[in-house]
Amino acid sequence: MYAVRQWSVRHARGLNAFYRGFESILVALHPLWKRLGYQRLERPVAAVERSVKGLLFDCRMCGQCILSSTGMSCPMNCPKNLRNGPCGGVRANGHCEVRPEMKCVWTEAVAGSARIPGGMEALRQVQVAVDQRLQGRSSWLRVVRQRVGDPK
Amino acid sequence: MIFEDEPVPGYPLPILPGHTSPGRFERVLRAGTFAVTSELAPPDSADPEDVYRRARIFDGHVDAINATDGSGANCHMSSLAVCALLTRMGYAPVMQISCRDRNRIAIQGDILGGAAMGVCNLLCLTGDGVQAGDHPQALPVFDLDSLSLLEAARTLRDEHHFLSGRKISYAPRVLLGAAENPFAKPVEWRAQRLAKKVAAGAQFIQTQFCYDVPLLRAFMRQVEELGLLDKVFILVGVGPLRSAKAAEWIRTHVPGVHIPDEIIRRLAGASDGALEGRKLCIELIQEIRTIKGVHGVHVMAYRQEETVAEIIERSGVLSGRVPWYPGRDPQANTNRMAS
Repeated sequence: MYAVRQWSVRHARGLNAFYRGFESILVALHPLWKRLGYQRLERPVAAVERSVKGLLFDCRMCGQCILSSTGMSCPMNCPKNLRNGPCGGVRANGHCEVRPEMKCVWTEAVAGSARIPGGMEALRQVQVAVDQRLQGRSSWLRVVRQRVGDPK
Repeated sequence: MIFEDEPVPGYPLPILPGHTSPGRFERVLRAGTFAVTSELAPPDSADPEDVYRRARIFDGHVDAINATDGSGANCHMSSLAVCALLTRMGYAPVMQISCRDRNRIAIQGDILGGAAMGVCNLLCLTGDGVQAGDHPQALPVFDLDSLSLLEAARTLRDEHHFLSGRKISYAPRVLLGAAENPFAKPVEWRAQRLAKKVAAGAQFIQTQFCYDVPLLRAFMRQVEELGLLDKVFILVGVGPLRSAKAAEWIRTHVPGVHIPDEIIRRLAGASDGALEGRKLCIELIQEIRTIKGVHGVHVMAYRQEETVAEIIERSGVLSGRVPWYPGRDPQANTNRMAS
């Protein structure tokens, strides 16, 4: 929902801190996930992720979440799917070129990043192109496996 | 300026040390010359003569010609084809690539194809949304964005492989460019975005139309603070406005064009709006030229391309030099043909 999404950007700092804690718990529970089987967990975890992040960020389940690097403004809500900053078409009132009723996802991302410690630094990282195969999959589980160095 | 080895159509120039392309546009930039580029609107036609006619209009006034890629999301002849035609004549085209219509498979193929046809300059763009053009019902692709497109092109050129990791046997020798709009929100972050583009591989930048010099100066100061001035050639976009009414229409309908009220008032107060628009453009070029870190201007005069030569001439930015065009130095060409 648009209003909730804007609330999330305003509270980027708190949400980011919360996510950091949440991520450490997920990572700490890696042995448990491994026992249960990542494959088996994929669908239920993705469903939870979809509803929580869907509510807070209008998450599109790209499966490769970079919210912490974009001030809690989901870049997949950009009609051009831009993951590296705003296009040149942002309107004078800061709204989207394609959807004039919506604030530019990236003007929001810059505002949100300013609220997160190290956020502006993260915003400067060049993001690689989206891997379309990950669409619909859980980003949380992927992060855990990346962090523990378990590629599967 | 005349290089002793000016291009003969079909013959690539030798690549000079420190250069990445065999093109004359890179030579002009690296020689420290104030460069002039313009934009060719590809025709709604399959006749090559329509392309050549549109190119000839700039003869002797521009160092490179941009071929737009479905600009404004309107369908025209492809930029790849326009560039291939232009290189046949020896012109130095800048092939614009937009992410709107093609995925990474098609785009990487076009980069190789363009380079094989003699294209030495690429401009990596996101592209306008499909809602802006004549096919709003089309699928917007946006598989890559301008940054990942730059990275893809640089990977092909410098690391000799596709994004997939598969090797290529001969790399495209190209100069990589990107666009920036110093006048669109978030204004305070635009220089940072430029830094990202430079990090991703951009060697030159062509900006959106500039009608607000103070804003451009502020942007250039930030670019300098970020230490980018010696890493990228910046060409500032300019163009003549036809009337106050046209200016008003452009700023409300064309994405990302910022025109201050005072410009509109000035045009409205003039007896001949078009004449005043050209005068304004010339003044802007002369003022922009003095800004530190600006390496050239990109003159965009959509549907009034015939005014470009006069604007460049009267602005004096060429300082008497005549950029190459087919037939400029018949003697040089004959000599090389013979040797």
